[in-house]
Amino acid sequence: MNPEPASPPPSAPRGSDRVFHTCFALLGGTYILLLAATVVADAFYTSPAHLWRALQSPEIRHSIRLSLLSCSLTTLLSLWVAVPIGYLMTRLRFPGHALLDALLDIPIVLPPLVIGLSLLILFQFPPLRALERIIPITYAVPSVILAQFMVACAFAVRTMRATFEQISPRHEQVALTLGCSRSQAFWMVVLPSARRGVLTAATLAWARALGEFGPILVFSGATRMKTEVLPTTVFLELSVGNLEAAVAVSLLMVVAAVAVLLLIRAYGLNPVLNRPL
Amino acid sequence: MIALEHVTVHAGAFTLRDLSLDIPAGSHTALMGRTGAGKTTLLEAVCGLRPVSAGQIRIGGRDVTTEPPGARGIGFVPQDGALFEHLTVRQHLAFALVVRRWAPGPITARVTELADWLGLDPLLDRRPHGLSGGEAQRVALGRALSFHPQLLCLDEPLSALDDDTRTEICSVLAEVRRRTGITVLHITHNRREAERLADRILLLRDGRIEPCPASS
Repeated sequence: MNPEPASPPPSAPRGSDRVFHTCFALLGGTYILLLAATVVADAFYTSPAHLWRALQSPEIRHSIRLSLLSCSLTTLLSLWVAVPIGYLMTRLRFPGHALLDALLDIPIVLPPLVIGLSLLILFQFPPLRALERIIPITYAVPSVILAQFMVACAFAVRTMRATFEQISPRHEQVALTLGCSRSQAFWMVVLPSARRGVLTAATLAWARALGEFGPILVFSGATRMKTEVLPTTVFLELSVGNLEAAVAVSLLMVVAAVAVLLLIRAYGLNPVLNRPL
Repeated sequence: MIALEHVTVHAGAFTLRDLSLDIPAGSHTALMGRTGAGKTTLLEAVCGLRPVSAGQIRIGGRDVTTEPPGARGIGFVPQDGALFEHLTVRQHLAFALVVRRWAPGPITARVTELADWLGLDPLLDRRPHGLSGGEAQRVALGRALSFHPQLLCLDEPLSALDDDTRTEICSVLAEVRRRTGITVLHITHNRREAERLADRILLLRDGRIEPCPASS
């Protein structure tokens, strides 16, 4: 005779799971609702006519052009710096490593206005003032790029560090035994393995640069048709009471930000968001 | 063939001190020992991946102690294969030859020879993602053998494989040695694997290398 089937182990009643999930969904849902509501409110406040009018404005067109140019240059500069820093910080241990690690995060935690102010003060020192006589930087286009670079690069460095940490040093070591120099191992093995991380770092740097306002306002000013980028436009339009134009430009930035986020999700790698700040 | 003379190697707080070892040419030497005994540290020192703070490493009478890994003529197969995810199997087999600037003709010939030999023909255009454990280890083995190394260093290459695949790769390793006569230094935890493949089984214990006692 078959023995009686063993009774299932006691488990929490399913109803309590439902209550637990509902409570958490309600708590989290409030924030998600707020996020969605702000975007929807922007979209409903403006109209295609407002958007069209905004895009016809020479100032706003200049601002879009400068934003695209400066963000792209900032992204290239950030990658140029973030890849070697990320690699060295991951692979080497040296005295002061922890201090340097903390230093690299300063632009992430510092108030944006302070970054702008610090840049402004830095360019008051004689060597940089001498440089300004040759290449105007403060309150000129290069200052926009430098202000964006200061913040965006920190995010790119973070991303590249997380990326290189995920790549086992064994791959590099095997490449060395196969005849590679350290540099060949990096270019032929490590960097191709890090390509998704590089793309994520680039998109994050671009998005951060696009939204940068505080350092640009202090270090570059808000001169129309000169150092005006999209966040500056929103500020300037708001300050003269042209709310429709400000919202239209904001919506353009929302669309750009969402596109970048989708791009990051498409690559399926977001190491920055997986690490505590 | 391979001689370690009073070698001292550091790995963080761990140190292997004054270690000597002779591996005859053409032999298959299995090195066993408990986890943390320093087997991989020793293998890394032989391959040039970890600096030696004292002593000498000689390969074929040549002092290679300070030579970079690529100049030592050692094929290295790590535990997980460490295949390069962006390269196809064909590119893996050709990798060391491209780095060594071989002409395209000999590279193709060597890749064909290795693929035929290791049963990799149907996989040549595949990338590591999706290869089985046994296939990945055959690719790693082919990549390590491609440039005709004098010594093959195996760091527990069968430990992550199931029994059937382990038997299959054991046969491949035995065939490699029969065909090439290559000297093999093989780290393993598996006594049966060592007895099947090796001429000599050594034990690394308390920082000393000694012949492994026969199994009961």
